[in-house]
Amino acid sequence: MIGDAIAFEHVTFAYAGPPVLDDVTFALPEGEFCLLVGPTGAGKSTLLKAVNGLVPRFTGGDMRGRITVTGRDVRGATPADLADVVGYVGQDPLAGFVTDEVELELAYTAEQLGVAPAAMRKRVTEIVDLLGLADVRDRALAQLSSGQRQRVAIGAALVAGPAALVLDEPTSALDPTAADEVLSALHRLVHDLGITVLLAEHRLERVVQYADSALLLDGGRVTAGPLGEILADSPVAPPVVELGRLAGWPGPPVTIREARRHAGPLRETLAARAGTVARGTDNPLRPAGPPLLEARGVTVDYPGVRAVAGVDLAASRGERIALMGRNGSGKSSLLWALQGTGKRSGGTVAIGGADPAARRPGERRTLAGLVPAEPADLLYAETCAAECAGADEDGRAPKGTCAKILDDLVDDVDPAAHPRDLSEGQRLALALAVTLTAAPPLLLLDEPTRGLDYPGKAALAARLRALAGAGHCVVVSTHDVEFCAEFASRVVVLSDGEVVADGPARQITAASPMFAPQVEKILPGWMTVGEVAAALESGDG
Amino acid sequence: MPTDAVRPMRRRTAHPVAWWGWALLLATAAGRTANPWLLLLIAAVAGLVVAFCRGDEPWSGAYRVFLYIGLSAVAVRMAFYVVFGGSDGPTVLFTLPSVTLPDWAAGFRLGGDVTAEGALAALYDGLRLATLLVCVGAANALASPRRLLRSVPAVLYEVSVAVVVALSVAPQLVAGVGRVRRARALRGNTSRSPANLMRTVVAPVLHDALDRSLHLAAAMASRGYGRAAGVPAPARRATGAALLIGLLGLCAGAYAILGTATPAPLAWSVLAAGAAAAVFGIAFASKRVPHTRYRPDRFGPKDWAVVASGAAAVAGAVAGLALEPAAMWPATAPLHAPALPFAAAAGVLLAAAPALLVPSTPEGTR
Repeated sequence: MIGDAIAFEHVTFAYAGPPVLDDVTFALPEGEFCLLVGPTGAGKSTLLKAVNGLVPRFTGGDMRGRITVTGRDVRGATPADLADVVGYVGQDPLAGFVTDEVELELAYTAEQLGVAPAAMRKRVTEIVDLLGLADVRDRALAQLSSGQRQRVAIGAALVAGPAALVLDEPTSALDPTAADEVLSALHRLVHDLGITVLLAEHRLERVVQYADSALLLDGGRVTAGPLGEILADSPVAPPVVELGRLAGWPGPPVTIREARRHAGPLRETLAARAGTVARGTDNPLRPAGPPLLEARGVTVDYPGVRAVAGVDLAASRGERIALMGRNGSGKSSLLWALQGTGKRSGGTVAIGGADPAARRPGERRTLAGLVPAEPADLLYAETCAAECAGADEDGRAPKGTCAKILDDLVDDVDPAAHPRDLSEGQRLALALAVTLTAAPPLLLLDEPTRGLDYPGKAALAARLRALAGAGHCVVVSTHDVEFCAEFASRVVVLSDGEVVADGPARQITAASPMFAPQVEKILPGWMTVGEVAAALESGDG
Repeated sequence: MPTDAVRPMRRRTAHPVAWWGWALLLATAAGRTANPWLLLLIAAVAGLVVAFCRGDEPWSGAYRVFLYIGLSAVAVRMAFYVVFGGSDGPTVLFTLPSVTLPDWAAGFRLGGDVTAEGALAALYDGLRLATLLVCVGAANALASPRRLLRSVPAVLYEVSVAVVVALSVAPQLVAGVGRVRRARALRGNTSRSPANLMRTVVAPVLHDALDRSLHLAAAMASRGYGRAAGVPAPARRATGAALLIGLLGLCAGAYAILGTATPAPLAWSVLAAGAAAAVFGIAFASKRVPHTRYRPDRFGPKDWAVVASGAAAVAGAVAGLALEPAAMWPATAPLHAPALPFAAAAGVLLAAAPALLVPSTPEGTR
C-alpha cells in the first residue's frame, strides 16, 4: 500500500477484555482530510494514538495487524522515531507543551530531529506565517488565548514536516470563534502542504464542512467512506444531517450551504404551522416569586487580571441559564464565585437570602452545587457505590440518597466500577449525583459537554430540564451552541468579565452568527431538530 | 551574525540547573549537621530565596507543600522513636507498656521508657530529613520544570519517560493540590483527620500528577524526545551500561556521604566515579544522537553565582566540622541547648545571596 499516507491492515487491539479495535482496515491517501466519528468511548483516541505508536507503547495492551505511515511500519519504531512522519496533537495543548515560549515550542521537534539551526529558523518562520502566529511569535505560551495555543500545538507538530497530522478533539475546549481559527488553519495546511489529516471530534457541526471523508468507529469496527454516506448511518451525526434525515433530503447534506438549497419546501410547511405549534424552548416567562439567586456587582480579581468585572445576575427556580462567551471571558470564575468556594473580590451574592461564601463548605453546598469542568476532581472513592456512600456521609443525607439520585439520572452504572473507568457521560452523572445529594436549589455546571457525543448531550439536556422542572435553578457555562439550543431558556453572554447580553435563549442566539445553532441557520426561527420533528408530527396528526 | 538562531534565551530567573545545583548543595550542607539552629537557618534561607525569586507559576507553591511534607517527616520520626526506641538517656519523660522482643531483635524495643535525650535526638534527626525535603521543595518552586526538561540531554532516550515523569511529577503535584482541595470543599468535606486527608487529597493528587506526567511524557515522545533512530545497538547498550553504573555510583556515593558510617574520602570517590561514568555515558552517546538548539539556554555568570552561593553553604558546613565538630553534631546527653556553629552559619547565610542576585520582577517572571 505504498502511496497511502496512513494504512491500517487487519489491526486488532485489546486491553484485557473485548477488543477496542476489531480487525480495522482502511487507507488514507495523501492530502486527505479525514474525520473520525464515533460515540463516546468507541476507541477514537486509541485509534489515533496507534498511528504513531503511543498505543500500545504508553498504554500497554495487545496489538495485532500492521499499521504503516508513508510505507514505514509503526510496530518496530517508537513514537519519537516517527516524529518526522506523524505529528500528533492532543486534546489539551497546555498539558503537552514542553517549553514556555512560542518560538521554542515550535522549534522543539526540529531540535530533537537535529535540524541545522539555519534550516530550523526558516521552518519556524514558515510555520508562524502559515498558522497566523506572527503577532504572538515572541510571547510566552501562558499569555496566549486557547485558540492560539492550539494553533501553536499544531505548528509544533508540523515543524518536522510530517506527512500525516493526527488530532484528537482539537476544538473541544475552544469557543466557536477560536475553533474556527484552528479549523481554517488546518484547512489551509491540507491545501498548501498536502498533509494528510486524521481528526477526531465530537462537535461534528464545527468540522464537517472541512472534511473530505470519514471513518466511523463503532463497536471496534471501522467503516470508511465519503462523508455524507458515513454520517447518514452514523449513531452520532450533527443536527444538519439529522434534519436532512428527518426531511428526507437526498445525500443527506452535511453542510449548512447544501442544506439551505433543499430547505425551501420545509420552510413553507413550517411557516404554515408555526402559529399553532408551541416550541420547546419557548418559555421566556420568568417564573413568578422572589428570585433564588441575586448577585450584584460580583468582581473577581487575580494578580494583574480582572476576571469578572461587576456582574449582576438574578435567577429564579425553574430557570435554565446558559452562560456563554469566549474562552477567558470569566465564565468559570463567575460560577465559582457564585457558589462561594471560589474567590470573590467584590459585590454581593445571595442565594435564598444567604451569602454562600460566609457559610461553612458543608452548608454552602446545600445552597449551591457546582460540578467543576473536570468532574473527576469531585470523585475520590474506589467504586461508584463507595462514592455514593461517601457523598451521603459528607452531606449527612440518609443512606442511599446519592445512589437513588444516580439511578434516576442513568440506569446502567455498575456500582463496583471505578469512577475513572466510567464513560464521560456516566462520570458526569456520578459527579452530578454527588452534588445533588445535598439538594442545592441552585445547580452550577462548568463546561459539562466536553467529551460527550450527541446522544450524551441530549440525555444531559433532558436531565437538566427535568431538574429545572423540579424546581432547581440550573446555570451551565458552555461553548456548545447546539447543547445551548437543546437546554437553555435564557442565555447570558459574558465578555471580558462583563455581561454583554442577557435574555431569552431564542432571541440571543438567533441574533448572533456565532451562537446560532445549525437548525436556526437553515430554518430561521427553529432551534432544534426535535422542535421541527414535533411540528411536523403535530401537523400530520 | 545577529540572528534569531543564535540569540540566547531571554532570562527570567536563573537557569533551572543552577537552582537545582544551589538547592542540592544546600541540602548537602543540611546533611552534614544535626544542629537544630543550623537546620532551621537552612530552611529559613531556602524560604527567603523562594520568597524573593519565585515566579507566579503553578509550581511556585512547592516550597509550602514540601514544608508540610517535612513537618510530617518530623512527626513520623518522633512516632517511630516513641514506639521503637533509639538512643536513650537518664531523663525519663513517661513509660509506655513494653513488649519483650526475642533475642534476634536486640537493639529494638516496643514501648518502654521514653526519654528526653532520645526524643531530642529523634527530633534533630527528623529535622535534618525535613530540611532536606524543604531544599528539594525550594528547587521545585524556583526551577521551571519546562526549561529543565529542555536542558536534559537528549541521549537519555533509554529512560526518557522516567526522566520526564521524575522531573515533572512534583510540580504537577503542587499544581494539583489546589484544584483537588477546592473540589473537596465543593463536596463539603472539611474533615482534617489524616486518614480522610490521605483518601480525599493525597491519593487523588498523586493519581492526577502521575497521569499528567505520563501525558507529558507521551506528548514529548510524539515530538521526538528520546529518539534513538540511527543509533547502532552496541552503542545503545554501552550508553545504557555507563548511565546505569553512573547512577548507581551517584546513589551509593550520596548515601555514603549523608550517612556517617563510611569514611569521607571513600564516599567522595564513589560519588566522583559515579558522576564520571554518567558524564562519560552522556558524552559518548551525545555524539551519536543528532540534536540541535534553536536558541541556546546558556549558563551565565549569574547562574554560576547562584551555584557558588550554594557551595558556600557546603564549605561552611565542612569548615564547621573541622572547627566546631561538637556544635555540628550536638550530643543530647546530658541535656543542653546546642550552640550555633558560626563558620557553618556564615556559609549558610551566604547561600541567601540569590535573593539579591536574581530577584523576581513583575515583568521578569510574568
